[in-house]
Amino acid sequence: MSDTPLHFSASPRAAHGSALTRLNRAVRLGVKSLWLHKLRSLLTVLGIVFGVCSVIAMLAIGEGASYEAQETIKNLGSQNIILRSVKPPEEQKVSDKGSQSYVLQYGLTYTDIKRIKSTIPGVTVVVPGRIMREYVWNISRRVDSEIMGTVPWYPQMRNHHVATGRFFTEAEMEDKANVCVLGAGMVKALFPLESPLGKDVRIGGDYYEVIGVMEPVGKAAQHTEAAQDSARDAAERMFIPLETAKTRYGEILRKVRSGSFEQERVELHEVTVKVEKLEQVVSVSEAIKQLMERNHKRKDYDIDVPLEKLRQAERTKQIFNIVLGSIAAISLLVGGIGIMNIMLASVTERTREIGIRRALGAKRRDIITQFLVETVMLSGAGGVMGVLLGVTIPWFVTHFAGMRTIITLWSPMVAFSISAIVGIVFGIYPATRAAQMDPVEALRHE
Amino acid sequence: MKCPFTRDLQMEKSPTPASIVQFDNIRKTYRMGLVVVEALRGVSLGIVAGEYVSIMGPSGCGKSTMLNLLGCLDRPSSGRYLLGSEDVSEMDDDALSAVRGARLGFIFQSYNLIQQLTVVENIEVPLYYQNRPEEESRTLAAEYAERVGLGNRLNHKPFELSGGQQQRVAIARALVNDPLVILADEPTGNLDSASGVEILKIFDELHQQGKTIILVTHDESVSRHTRRAIRLRDGQVESDVRS
Repeated sequence: MSDTPLHFSASPRAAHGSALTRLNRAVRLGVKSLWLHKLRSLLTVLGIVFGVCSVIAMLAIGEGASYEAQETIKNLGSQNIILRSVKPPEEQKVSDKGSQSYVLQYGLTYTDIKRIKSTIPGVTVVVPGRIMREYVWNISRRVDSEIMGTVPWYPQMRNHHVATGRFFTEAEMEDKANVCVLGAGMVKALFPLESPLGKDVRIGGDYYEVIGVMEPVGKAAQHTEAAQDSARDAAERMFIPLETAKTRYGEILRKVRSGSFEQERVELHEVTVKVEKLEQVVSVSEAIKQLMERNHKRKDYDIDVPLEKLRQAERTKQIFNIVLGSIAAISLLVGGIGIMNIMLASVTERTREIGIRRALGAKRRDIITQFLVETVMLSGAGGVMGVLLGVTIPWFVTHFAGMRTIITLWSPMVAFSISAIVGIVFGIYPATRAAQMDPVEALRHE
Repeated sequence: MKCPFTRDLQMEKSPTPASIVQFDNIRKTYRMGLVVVEALRGVSLGIVAGEYVSIMGPSGCGKSTMLNLLGCLDRPSSGRYLLGSEDVSEMDDDALSAVRGARLGFIFQSYNLIQQLTVVENIEVPLYYQNRPEEESRTLAAEYAERVGLGNRLNHKPFELSGGQQQRVAIARALVNDPLVILADEPTGNLDSASGVEILKIFDELHQQGKTIILVTHDESVSRHTRRAIRLRDGQVESDVRS
C-alpha cells in the first residue's frame, strides 16, 4: 500500500481481520444483494447452468458410447488379427444361377495358415475356424445356428469365455469327439427348463454332448451398430472341435434353398492370428495383407484388425471431444456475457451505493471485491446447478433410452471450474467500472 | 473552543496548533470541455477541534467543491489541506479512502442510506471497511442507534422509516467511527420543519459533547445554530463570523 503514514488513533483496532474473514464478509454481502433480486439472479445464471449441464451430459453420453465401442473391439483382442472368408461378389451371381455341378471354391485355406506361420515372425497362435449353418435340435425344439469348428484355445484368444461347464480339450479334438459348447443365446430356445450340461443335441444325423455354455457376449456390445451383427452371431454360435467338423461336414457345404441347390468349398471360414507384441500388430497385419494378396487372385477374404479399429475409435472420440469442447466454450461464453451484461446493469443501478460506500471508507479494491465476489458467486452457483442437472440427465438417458452413460470424475470438476473462471473473467470489467467511479459523481447519481 | 478573541481567519497565514482542519490557499479548477471553471480560488481557513461551523453561500459559490475537498472525496488543484496532522492534499486514492473511513463522518441531504441494508447494518458500514471485528461493530452500531433514539428499529429497512428517522440513522453512521470531523451537507434540506428542528437539536447536543461539526447549508435559520459562519462567494471566503 502507500507509504503515507496513517495512524488511526481513532480506531486502534483497525486493520484487524485477515483476508479470509474479509472474503467471508464479502461473500455474505454478495449473497444478500443477489438474494434481493432472486429472479434476476436465477435468470442470469441460466446460461451458465445450461452450458455446464449440457457439457456434462454430452460428455457422459459420448463417453458411454465410445466405451461400448472400445469394449467390443477389446473383446476381439487388440493383439489379434482376424481373417474371414468372404464370398467374392462376382461368384455370388454365378451361384444364383444354381448350376448343379458347380462347386464354388473360395476363402481361406490351410495353406494360408501354414504360410503365415512360417513366413511372418512374431505370430504366436493361429486359431482356425470353420463355420457351418445348420439347425440344432433338442428333441422337438430347434435353433438355426452357426456351428463353428475351432480349436480348444479359442476362448482365451477371443476373450470369450465359458460360463458354465468347460470348453473341449485337445484330446477331444484329436478323437474327433462329438462334444459341443452352446452359445448363450441358444440355451433358452433349446433347454428352457433344465440345464443343458450332459444333454445331447442333434445336428443332422449326429448327436453331440453339451459340455459347456459360453458366457453371453457383453450387453454393451449389442448397442453399437458395428458390433451388432457379430454379437448376435456369437450369441447364437455353437462350438465343436475343428477335427470333428472336418470329418462330419467335409470341405463342401451344401445348401438347399427353395428350388435351388448350391455347393461351396471353403476350408476355413475364420482365422484368428495372435501377434506376440502389441507394437507389431500393424506391421504383421501389413505383411499378412501382402501375403494374402499374392496368393489369392480374388479378394475372397477380409482382414480385420481390432487394434486399428480401436485407434480409430480413439480418434473419433478425440474429434468428438474437440467438437464438444467448442460447443461448451461457446455456451459458457454466451453465459458469461449474460452475466457481464447484468452486472454492468447492476453497477449502474447501484452507483449511489458505490458512492456511499466509497465515502464511508471503501477502497477501490473493496468495491472490486464486492462485485467480483457477486459475479463469481453467480456463475459458481450456476455451475453447481449445472453440475447437478448435468449429472441427473445421463441418469434419465440411461433409464429411459437404455443408453450407457459414463460420468467421468473430471467432467463435473472441469465444467464447474470453467464456470467459476468465466465468473472471474466476465466479472472483472463490471467490477473495475464500479471501482473507477468518481465518488463525488457517484454520490450525485440519481 | 474557548477562543477568547474572534479573528478573521483569512488573514491568518500560519496554522494554529489546535486547528484540526487547515486549508492553505486551496484552489480547485475544473475543466468542462473547453471552459476552465475556477471553483475555489485560494481559500485558507482553519477549524479547531470542537467548533460548530456552517459554510454558506449562494449556489455556484463553491460550497459543494469545498465540501468534497473537506470530505477527502476530491483533491485540490493546488494548495495544502491538513486534516489532523496529515497532509491529505497529496494522498492517493487508497489513502484518502482510509482517511474518510477513519477520520470523517458524512451526513447528506438525501440521507444516502443503503436501501437493502437494515438500520444497524447501515450504521456498521464505516466499521466494515476498517475491518473491525464483527461482533464489536454490531454492538457499537446498536449502541449508536440507541443514542439517536432508534434502538427499537435496528432491523428495519430504510424505506420503513420516516425522513427524520433516516437522517438519524445517517447521523449514527457518521458518529460510529468516532470521527475527527463531522461533515453535514444540508442535513435538514429534505425534512419537514419539525424533523429538521429535531436533527438540529441532535447537532447541538453533539456540539456540546465537543464534536467538530462542519455544516454546509444555504438556510440562514440553520446556520444560526452554529457558532461560526463562513460565507463563500465566487470561490473565495467572503466573511467568517463567530458568534
